[in-house]
Amino acid sequence: MCLGIPGQVVEITDVEKKLALVDVSGVKRQVNLACIVSEDHSVASCVGDWVLVHVGFAMSRIDEVEAQKTLDLLTELGEAQAEIESMKASAAS
Amino acid sequence: MKYVDEFRDPEKAKLLIDEIAAVTGQIETTQQRPLQLMEFCGGHTHTIFRYGIEQMLPKAIELIHGPGCPVCVLPMGRVDDCVTLAERPNVIFTTFGDAMRVPGSKKSLLQAKADGADIRMVYSPLDALDLARNNPEKEIIFFALGFETTMPSTALTVLQAEQDNVRNFSLFCNHITTVPTIKAILDSPDMQIDGFLAPGHVSMVVGARPFDFVAETYEKPLVITGFEPLDILQSIWMLLKQLNEKRHDVENQYVRIVPENGNEPGMDALSKVFELREFFEWRGLGSIDHSGVRMRDEFAAYDAERKFSVPNLKIADPKSCQCGEVLKGVIRPWECKVFGTQCNPETPMGALMVSTEGACAAYYNFGNLDELLKKREAVGT
Ligand code: SF4
Repeated sequence: MCLGIPGQVVEITDVEKKLALVDVSGVKRQVNLACIVSEDHSVASCVGDWVLVHVGFAMSRIDEVEAQKTLDLLTELGEAQAEIESMKASAAS
Repeated sequence: MKYVDEFRDPEKAKLLIDEIAAVTGQIETTQQRPLQLMEFCGGHTHTIFRYGIEQMLPKAIELIHGPGCPVCVLPMGRVDDCVTLAERPNVIFTTFGDAMRVPGSKKSLLQAKADGADIRMVYSPLDALDLARNNPEKEIIFFALGFETTMPSTALTVLQAEQDNVRNFSLFCNHITTVPTIKAILDSPDMQIDGFLAPGHVSMVVGARPFDFVAETYEKPLVITGFEPLDILQSIWMLLKQLNEKRHDVENQYVRIVPENGNEPGMDALSKVFELREFFEWRGLGSIDHSGVRMRDEFAAYDAERKFSVPNLKIADPKSCQCGEVLKGVIRPWECKVFGTQCNPETPMGALMVSTEGACAAYYNFGNLDELLKKREAVGT
């Protein structure tokens, strides 16, 4: 819950609500971008961004190398799988 | 537990460990007593155990595992409140998976679910909001917990519910705050902390400035720290350098994620929806002033505490359970009388054994259990 997991924004699904599909290790889920958009960084320009996703919200933009390092670490800590499983389980409801 | 050779960058790790040993040797006070450094955040605790970081440090450094695991500090009474809400007719109670197994005075949420309550694990508060949209005849309650890291998410979800006029959605708000809690730790006579590793992701939201008081008022060094093992080693080294140079500053090791001023949209949402409570009850630590938030009056319609009645009883922990002492660093987890015997990850008595971020579960999973139990006998607890 507190560590979050990196993913890449692949498609904007709702500009007004700032929602996008984010790919987290091959699992796509809807994520809210409100915390990473600003006047200089519009919703549309988020496509391609690597972001740190916490409980369904992108909380920070990160670079790709950092994203990969973090994913490796989370996999090693056994956190990545748990996070992705709960993402999948929840998306179904 | 790992060895330095297994670190992704063993060269750098070795260098840091040598530097840490060298600086520690120069700090005079370590002649009289070990230095106590506290990592506040459960995520750090987890990394420290997973990588055996404590064993790599000089004996003169003790790591104190702080109360920064939101599930671990949940008092029993609050779990009981959740069960009461979940057992109301017509309610779907939603929660992060971490909270399911925390024991209440009668049962955990997992047991309540087995007894027939409609309790669902969700990944995000947004999923709970979707459930509300899809089940207009039901009341959907989301169990909001966590530090500032998760507050923007629940706040934004409430704002979305309001905007879309979803009326059957509410939060049972149990968010807790970091800064007043660090203050309480600094004020506690039981504790003598020499420096803090501050939580990286809380800081990502609130920024670095809220921690200034630690350096300015309490004259203790603080380093905002990332979650990689190397981040933690580097931050420990930064703290030691400050101590050696008799400085006390707020430093940011995790600059790649933590902006000086935090996350503005997140902070905006958070302060729109939440306000500080006068006090909040923590498991083992008792009541801490301003250490929790509640929903502002404007959002009363989305506040499960006002929408439904919640018993809100204070329930004392079982006598044999020593979570409080462990949280304060007064005893080590394995010194608790029930550690590894009556209290284990399968049948946890205390919350510190439930979460992978809890100090007891960390010792249980990554320590040598037989050795620890022998040590306990030797100490005679
Ligand atoms: S062993 Fe169990 S009861 Fe004892 S402090 Fe740890 S979690 Fe609490």
